[in-house]
Amino acid sequence: MGELTPELARYRDEIREVAAGYGLDFYEVFFELVDHDELNMIAAYGGFPTRYPHWRFGMEYEQLSKSYRYGLSKIYELVINNDPCYAYLMRSNSLTDQKLVMAHVYGHCDFFKNNLWFAHTPRKMMDIAANHGARIRRYMDRWGVERVEAFVDRVLSLDNLIDIHSPYIKRGTGPRERAQEPVVDVPRIQAKDYMERYINPPDVLARKRKDIEDRQRQRRGVPDRPARDVLRFLLEHAPLEPWQQDILAMLRDEAYYFAPQGMTKIMNEGWAVYWHSTIMTRHVLDASEVVNYADAHSGTLATRPGQINPYKIGVELFRDIEDRWNRGKFGLEWDRCEDPDEKRRWNRATDEGRAKIFQVRRVHNDISFIDEFVHEEFANAQKLFVWGYNQSTNQYEIVSRDWQKVKRSLLDALTNFGNPIIQVVDANHQNRGELYLVHDWAGADLQLDYAQQTLRYLFDLWQRPVHIETREGGKARLLSFDGQEATNREITASRAPKDIAAPPAGKR
Amino acid sequence: MTRKIDTDHSRFRDIVRGKIKQDLKKYVSTGEMIGRQGKRLVSIPLPQIELPRFRFGKNQGGGVGQGEGQTGQPVPGQDGDGEAGESEGKHSLEVDVTLEELARIIGEELELPNIEPRGKRAIRTRSGQFTGISRSGPQSLRHFKRTFKEALKRQIASGTYDPDDPIVIPLKEDHRYRFLSTREEPQASAVVIYMMDVSGSMGREQKEIVRIEAFWIDTWLRSQYENLEVVYVVHDAAAHVVDQHTFFHLRESGGTKISSAYELCLRVIAEKYPSAEWNIYPFHFSDGDNWSSRDTERCVELLRASILPQVNQFAYGQVKSAYGSGQFKRDLDQAFRGDEKVVTSDIQDRDGILPSIKTFLGKGR
Repeated sequence: MGELTPELARYRDEIREVAAGYGLDFYEVFFELVDHDELNMIAAYGGFPTRYPHWRFGMEYEQLSKSYRYGLSKIYELVINNDPCYAYLMRSNSLTDQKLVMAHVYGHCDFFKNNLWFAHTPRKMMDIAANHGARIRRYMDRWGVERVEAFVDRVLSLDNLIDIHSPYIKRGTGPRERAQEPVVDVPRIQAKDYMERYINPPDVLARKRKDIEDRQRQRRGVPDRPARDVLRFLLEHAPLEPWQQDILAMLRDEAYYFAPQGMTKIMNEGWAVYWHSTIMTRHVLDASEVVNYADAHSGTLATRPGQINPYKIGVELFRDIEDRWNRGKFGLEWDRCEDPDEKRRWNRATDEGRAKIFQVRRVHNDISFIDEFVHEEFANAQKLFVWGYNQSTNQYEIVSRDWQKVKRSLLDALTNFGNPIIQVVDANHQNRGELYLVHDWAGADLQLDYAQQTLRYLFDLWQRPVHIETREGGKARLLSFDGQEATNREITASRAPKDIAAPPAGKR
Repeated sequence: MTRKIDTDHSRFRDIVRGKIKQDLKKYVSTGEMIGRQGKRLVSIPLPQIELPRFRFGKNQGGGVGQGEGQTGQPVPGQDGDGEAGESEGKHSLEVDVTLEELARIIGEELELPNIEPRGKRAIRTRSGQFTGISRSGPQSLRHFKRTFKEALKRQIASGTYDPDDPIVIPLKEDHRYRFLSTREEPQASAVVIYMMDVSGSMGREQKEIVRIEAFWIDTWLRSQYENLEVVYVVHDAAAHVVDQHTFFHLRESGGTKISSAYELCLRVIAEKYPSAEWNIYPFHFSDGDNWSSRDTERCVELLRASILPQVNQFAYGQVKSAYGSGQFKRDLDQAFRGDEKVVTSDIQDRDGILPSIKTFLGKGR
C-alpha cells in the first residue's frame, strides 16, 4: 500500500475542488495506491483489511485472483463507507483511469454521507470491523478455530434474515389490541338461582378465571408478533453461549452495515457515474485522454441482453430526472397532456433539474427510485424488456416490452434486496419449543435443497426442531429438520400471519 | 510475514481438500475429474462449499433485460442448453487442485504407502545454482564479499592492514568469482505399461472403468516418481503399442490371446526400459477370458521366467463384463499364490475402482 504519487495527489485536489464546487458533500477521502494482489485481498474482505478471519474470504480471494490472472475481470474501484472514506486505486491503472476512479469515488462518498438509507450506518466501521476481528480471533484462541468458524458459518448462512427497515421504524411491542383478546368464559355448574351462591361461589369463579387467563397468556407465545429480524430473535431467545451471542451480535451489525449498499446499488452507482462523467468531461479530462476515457466509461455502462447494468440504468434515470425537471416535465399539466408531439417539445424552463437530483439522492432507495421515476418513455428509450423461461422451447425469451410489466419485474427483483422475506411466527410450535418460520411467498419459490441445508444450520443454533413454511408450485409445504431427519411435506393449515399474506390497503 | 489473507486462503484450501476427500468415492466412480484435466491442474466442481441460504431458486419467472429484440424472441447470449447467459452466472463453484494435491488426497484416503524405488538408477544432472567459487571468471559474476575477504586476509597476513584506517584494496589475485556448480542427483524413473484386452467382450463401460483407474494410478505414481512414462498396449489375438486415445477408444472383435500382450510387454522393456534403470509397472486389464488354457500356461511361464524378475510389481485387474468368465484371475492366483509381486483384483463396477487402486498400490512397491 502506498500514498498517492505527487501527480495523482495534484489531480485529487483538483477533482475534490471541482466536486465540492458542484455541491457534493463528502467525508475526507483517503486514497491508497495498491497493486492488484493487495486490491484483490482487500476486496475479498469486503473492503476491510482488518476483518475477522474466515475461509470465505480466502475463497473470494482465490476467485478474484484467478479471474484477474485470466484477464476476465479487474476491480476498478473500491470505496468504503466510513469517516474518513477509504478508497483504493490500482497502481497499474493509467492516469486517465485513476482520474475517472477518483471522480467516481467522490460521487460515492457524497452518496454515503447524504443518502437517508445510510444514515444509521456507523461511520467508524473500519475500527469496528477491526474490533470484531480482534474479538473473534480471541474466541478462536479460547474455543478453537474450528468451533468458532463453524458457528460463524451458521450465522452467515442466516445473515440475510434481517429487517432492513427496522432502523427506521419503531415496531410496536405493546400488547395486542383489545378486540383480539378472547373472551374468557368460565365454566359454571348449572344451578337454581337461590343455590348459585353455594354451587358456584364467586371466589372460586374468580380463581378459575385467573387460571384460564394465565394459561392463555402463556399460550400467546413468543414472539408476540411475527419477527422479521430473525437474527435478533435468535440473539434474544436461542440457547447460546455468551461468546456465541457476541459473535451473532457482531455479524448482525455487519449485515446491517452492508444492507443499505444492497438497497441502493442502482442509485449509488448511477450517482457516481453521473459525477465522474460530469467532472471528467467538463473539467479534468485532457484532450489527449478522450479516447481512453470514452473506452473506460463505455465499458462501465455496457449492457448485456439478459441483464440490467445498475451503472447504466442508474445514470440514465438520473439524467432523465434532471432533464424532466429542467424542462418542467412533471406535475398535473404534464400528466394530463396526451399529445405526444407537444410532450416532445415540452419546455417550461423550470431549471430545477440539478436541485431535484440532489433531493432524489437524499431520500430515495432503489425501490422508490424505480417506482417513482421510471415511466413509459424512459422504459422504451432504454429498450427495457421482461424475459422469462419458455418451457416449450426450453429457452429464455423476451416476454414483454410493456413498461408497467418491466417496472413491476424490476421492483420484484429489488424487494428485500432480492432475498425472500422470512419471519419467525412461533418459537413454541406444538408447545414443544420448536421454531416455526414462514416464508412470505410472493411468486418465487425457494431453492429447496439450500433451504434444507440452511434449516440444519438453524437447528444448530436453536437446538430444537425447526420448520419453515413456504410454497412450491403454489402448494403450501413445510420443510422441517428435527436433528436427525429432514422432511418436506404438504400442509393444509398455514400459519402465515394474516397481515403478511394480504397487506391491508393503506397500511404501507 | 504471512499475510492475513494467506491464513484464510489456506484454511479454504483445507476445507476444499476435506470435501474432496469426503466425496472421493463419488468423484472416482463418476470419473468426473478426468475430463477436466488441464496440464497440471484439475478443476473440480464443489457446489456444496457455498454457504447455504434461504434464497430463491433458479428458473424463476425471469427478469428485466435491456436491448433489441421482439417479444417472443429468445434472449441473446444464452448457451445451448437454455440457461440465460448472465443472471445465472454463478452455477457451481469450481476449484482448481493440482495433480500433486490430488495424489496426496488419494494417498491419505487410501493410506497408500510411499514407494521405495528399487536401487539407485539413472543419474540425473541438474545444472544447478551458482554455489561454486572460482579464481577466474567474468566480472559480472564477481563475488564481492569473498573478494574483499580474500583481500583482507592477504593484507592482515602481510601486515598492511591498519585497523584505524580500514581500507581494503583487492588486487587481481584476490578476486573470486561465482561459478555454476552442477549437482548430481539420483533420479528415480518409472514406466507404466498398461495392457488392455480390447476383444469384443470388453464393452464401453469396462473401458471407462479402466480409464478412470488408469487416471488415478498415473496420478499417484506421478507423485512418487519425477519421471514417469506410460506405454499403452492393446491386444486381442495380437498385441500392438498404441497411443492413449486409441487405447481408450479402440474396439476390436475377435479372440483373446493374452500371451501376445505379455510378449510385447517384454519386448518394450527390453528395447526401451532396461530394468536396471527403470521401475517398471505393468498393469493388465481384461475381463478374464483367454483363448485357451494352453495360452494361460504360456502367460504364467512368461510372467515367472521373464517379466517378474524385471518389474516392481505386476498388476492384473479383472473388470466384470457380461461375457467374461473370470477364469484368468483364478489361474493367476493359483499359479502365484504367495508371490508378493503379483497383485490381482476384481473390479465389479465403478464402486470397485477405489478398493482396486488400494490393492494395486497398497504394497508400496
